[in-house]
Amino acid sequence: MKKNIWIPCLVFLLVFIILLSLTLGKYEITLGEIFEYLAAASGASSMDEGKYALLSNILLDIRLPRIIAAALIGSALSVSGAAFQAMFINPLVSPGLLGVLAGASFGAALGMIVSSSWFAVQAGAFLCGFLAVLIAVGIARIYHGDRLLMLILGGIISGALFTSLLSIVKYVADPYNQLPAIVYWLMGGLSLADGKTVLYVSFPICAGILCLLLFSRFLNILSMGDDEAKSLGINVTRIRMTLIFFATLISALTVVIGGLISWVGLIIPHVARMLVGPDNRILMPVAALIGAVYLIAVDDLARLLFTVEIPLGIVTSLMGIPFFILVLKNARKGWA
Amino acid sequence: MLLVAENISFGFPEKPVLRDVSLSVRRGEIISLLGPNGSGKTTLLKTLLGLYRLDKGQVLFEGRAISSLHRMALARSIAYVPQIHRASFAYSVIDVVLMGRIPHKTFFSRFSPRDMEIAEAALDKLSILHLRDRPYTRISGGERQLTLIARAMTQGAHTFIMDEPANGLDYGNQIKLLEGLIDLCDEGYTFIKSTHFPDHALWVADRVIMLKEGRIIADGPPDDVITSENLFELYGREVDIHSLRESFKVCIPRKIGKCRCLHTH
Repeated sequence: MKKNIWIPCLVFLLVFIILLSLTLGKYEITLGEIFEYLAAASGASSMDEGKYALLSNILLDIRLPRIIAAALIGSALSVSGAAFQAMFINPLVSPGLLGVLAGASFGAALGMIVSSSWFAVQAGAFLCGFLAVLIAVGIARIYHGDRLLMLILGGIISGALFTSLLSIVKYVADPYNQLPAIVYWLMGGLSLADGKTVLYVSFPICAGILCLLLFSRFLNILSMGDDEAKSLGINVTRIRMTLIFFATLISALTVVIGGLISWVGLIIPHVARMLVGPDNRILMPVAALIGAVYLIAVDDLARLLFTVEIPLGIVTSLMGIPFFILVLKNARKGWA
Repeated sequence: MLLVAENISFGFPEKPVLRDVSLSVRRGEIISLLGPNGSGKTTLLKTLLGLYRLDKGQVLFEGRAISSLHRMALARSIAYVPQIHRASFAYSVIDVVLMGRIPHKTFFSRFSPRDMEIAEAALDKLSILHLRDRPYTRISGGERQLTLIARAMTQGAHTFIMDEPANGLDYGNQIKLLEGLIDLCDEGYTFIKSTHFPDHALWVADRVIMLKEGRIIADGPPDDVITSENLFELYGREVDIHSLRESFKVCIPRKIGKCRCLHTH
C-alpha cells in the first residue's frame, strides 16, 4: 500500500513545478506576485491596473498555456508509451510503434506546404497520425499468425511509408520558407502553443488519458499473452483496438500541439516502473504524473538555458539518451 | 458430458494440425494427453478452450457450442494453465493470481477484500502463500506453475486445461503437482493435461488419449492405452510396461532395462 503514496507526492510536485515555472522567464515574477494576482483575480484584494494587465498577459496568455501544453504532452506520451509496452509485452516499445508519430509529422509538413493556415497543419497532423495507424492495423490484418508481431511489422511498414512521404514533402517544399518551418516543427517545441489550441486539445487528450487509465487493469492481463488473456475472459481484439485508438488519439494530438517530442514515451514508463513496479493499475497514473512534471521541467530548461530557445524535442532527446542508459541499468527490477 | 469435441479439424491447408478429432470429457476425470513433439497437443488443448475458430467440427461445453458462449462466463468454468513461460513484467505473485478474479468483475468494479481472500486461499491451498509478494519473474519454474494453478482456482473454474504442467519441474515438484491433482480431483475438479511422461499418465489419469500427427490413435483407461505397442507407435522406442503391484504399473525402456541388467549381474 505504500506505493500509493507516490500519487499524492507527485500531484504535489506537479503543482509545485507549475507554480515554479510560472515564475520563470525573461520577465521575473515572484511567487508572492502570483498569489497577489490570484487574490486580485478572485476579487479578494485589489491590484494596480497596469500591473494586473501585465501579469494577466504574461501568466495567462504566455506561460500557462505553454505549461499546460507541456504537462498534457508529457502525460499523453508517457501513458500511451506505458500502455504500448504492456500491450506489446515489450518494455522497449514507444508510442510511435504503430506509425502515429511518422504519420502526424508527414501530415503537419503536408499542411505547411499546401496551406498557410495553422489549422491545416494541425488537422493534417491529426488525420495522418490516425491514417498511419489504420494502415499498420490494416497490414496486420492481411496475414495470419502472431497478432502482436503482425501489428509491429505493420507499424514498421506504415512508419517507413510516412517517413518516405515526409521526405518527398521536404524535397518539394520551398527551401527558403517552408522547409525551415517543417524542419523546425519536427524538432518539437512549445513556442507556438497558443491558449486556444491548448484549450481545445486539452479535452480530448484528458479524455484519452483517462480512458487509458480505466483500462490499466486489462493491460496487466494483455501482457500475459493473447491466449491467457482470452482464457481469462478478455475480448483481446476489442480491448487492444480500443487501447490503440485512445493511444493514437492522444499521441497524434501531442504532435498537433508541440511537434515531435521523442524519448518521453519510452523513458518515463521505465522511471515509473522503477518507482512503483510493473502493476499497470498504479504504473499508469504514476507515469502520467511523472511525464507531466518531466516535460514541464525540460521545457523550462529549453526556454531558459540559453538566450535563444532550444527546440524541446532536441532537449528531450539529449536528456533521454543518458537517462535511458541509467534506467536500463536499474530496470531489471521491473522486467527481468 | 462436460466437454465434447466433435470431429474437429484445424490448421493450414498445406499442414493440418488436427484431423477429425473427437473426444469427450466427463466431470471429475483426469485426462492425460500423450503425443510426441508437434503432434498437436497444445493446439488441441487450445481448441478445447475455444481459442481458435475451427475449420471443421465443433467443441461443446455442457452441451452448448463453445464459440457461442460468452468468454467471461466460460472463464468462470474453464481455466487454462499454460506451459511455463518467461514473463516480461515482474508482477507480484498475488497480482498474477488476482487476475483470475477478472471474469467476476464488471468493467468499473475494483478488486474487493473478498477477491483478495479468494486469491490468498488458493495460494494457501497450494502451500505457496509465502510467495505472495514475490515478483513472479523471480520464483522458480515450479512455483510459477503453482501460481498459475492458483490463478485457475481463483477463477472459480472447475475444469482445468493444463499444457505440460510437469514440464520444467524438479522431481519433488512433479510429485507434488500430481498429488495436488489427485486431491483436487477428489473435490470434483476436472483436468485435461498434456504430458511427456507416460508414467504420470499411469499414476494419476483416469483416461489417456494418444495423439499422433493430429489424429487420436487411442483413447481409454491407462491400463488399456499405455501398452508397448502404442508407445512404440507414438515415440518409436520399445518400452515395457511392468506391473509392480496389482493395478500399479511403470514404464521401463527395453534397451536401457536390458543394459542395466547386464551391468548388475
